[in-house]
Amino acid sequence: MTAHDHDHDHGDGPTRRKVLECMTWAGTGVLWTISGGVPHSLGLVDEADAAEAKGLTFLQISDSHMGFDKPANPNAKGTLEEAIARITSIPKKPAFMIHTGDITHLSKESEFDDAEKIISQAKLDVHYVPGEHDIIDPDIKIYKERYGRGTKGSGYYSFDANGVHFLGLVNVANLKGGGMGSLGNEQLEWIEDDLKGRSASTPIVVFAHIPLLTVYPQWGWGTEDSARALGYMKRFGSVTVLNGHIHQVMQKVEGNVTFHTARSTAFPQPAPGSAPSAGPMKVPDEKLRTMLGTASVTFKRGDKQLAIIDTPLKS
Amino acid sequence: MTFVKILAQGAIALLVAAMTASAAQAATFEVKIDNFTFNAQQITVKAGDTVTWVNHDDIPHTVTSKTMAFRSKAMDTDDKFSFTFATPGKFEYFCSLHPHMTGTIVVEAAGK
Repeated sequence: MTAHDHDHDHGDGPTRRKVLECMTWAGTGVLWTISGGVPHSLGLVDEADAAEAKGLTFLQISDSHMGFDKPANPNAKGTLEEAIARITSIPKKPAFMIHTGDITHLSKESEFDDAEKIISQAKLDVHYVPGEHDIIDPDIKIYKERYGRGTKGSGYYSFDANGVHFLGLVNVANLKGGGMGSLGNEQLEWIEDDLKGRSASTPIVVFAHIPLLTVYPQWGWGTEDSARALGYMKRFGSVTVLNGHIHQVMQKVEGNVTFHTARSTAFPQPAPGSAPSAGPMKVPDEKLRTMLGTASVTFKRGDKQLAIIDTPLKS
Repeated sequence: MTFVKILAQGAIALLVAAMTASAAQAATFEVKIDNFTFNAQQITVKAGDTVTWVNHDDIPHTVTSKTMAFRSKAMDTDDKFSFTFATPGKFEYFCSLHPHMTGTIVVEAAGK
């Protein structure tokens, strides 16, 4: 079976979450095999390998802001429901979902409950990282109780899927006055350690809330110590960085690294510097759904870059 | 002459009374949070004065001292946070959710 767990480099035995994830993974492998018409006489593992040749597709959703009810979108719950409904209608089921943070607006239990109720309807395994709105309680207690199992520090972790190595990072905790997003020394050391010994041909996918690319420092849209993290990834042939936070699509390729930010499902934010501040942007009602949405990411073996397709709720 | 002197003395007495009252009576200052900025970014108050921050943005913010001398909870739209500065000093603070937002409260000795 393809390794697919948050704590694979620790021999603590499988946690319940790990077992469930593996089950989900196996299930996906079976589904792919069936849709690919491959005979199923070889068992789950080989079937999953057969599916591998066809590539890996997963989804990114971001910035659901459960609890947001201001003029920019009084019904953030409704638009998240629409996004999930679209995901369930995709003909080929994606392998899993990543959520790049700001699940809630104010870190309230009820907001996390609403998010869970809606997102679970996609019936996909979801890998979360927190946004600053999810860790408003100083000890990050609520977020970590729900999503922190098998993670380290403020909630970072790594896992493998289809030969791709994923790192879920946290750059919204313990921020310093006057600065931007920050990973912190402890997490940076962990990243260096996590990547050590991996083959340079392993495709790397990094996901975190605030962009690792410095998009606009005047609004804090960047991560002050991301250069060190990306330094550890220099030797890898393919690195894809997926972020949220800025509620709009932005893409940049720098050498071996592709940076990409996803839309929010809750409300749009202005282009860098185009408004007095980064606050929620009120657009005409008929335009709102063209500025909200999700992203689908496909990796094919041999491709340097992952194919990323951003889909708005309404085109 | 005597009458004028009495008047002048009376005025001085009133002035002294007023000054004593203003020194003893602590004032309250307001800092508005608008468009991801603390406004005014720097204010000067006297020891014993209170500063109240009001969030006018559609996004929550916090008021967090760099030295943890004070720290608000997340303030949603129109929420307020107050802190009384007992001791003189320069207090730098920021929003822990959006750390590029910074401000300073300068607290002078009460008798100054």
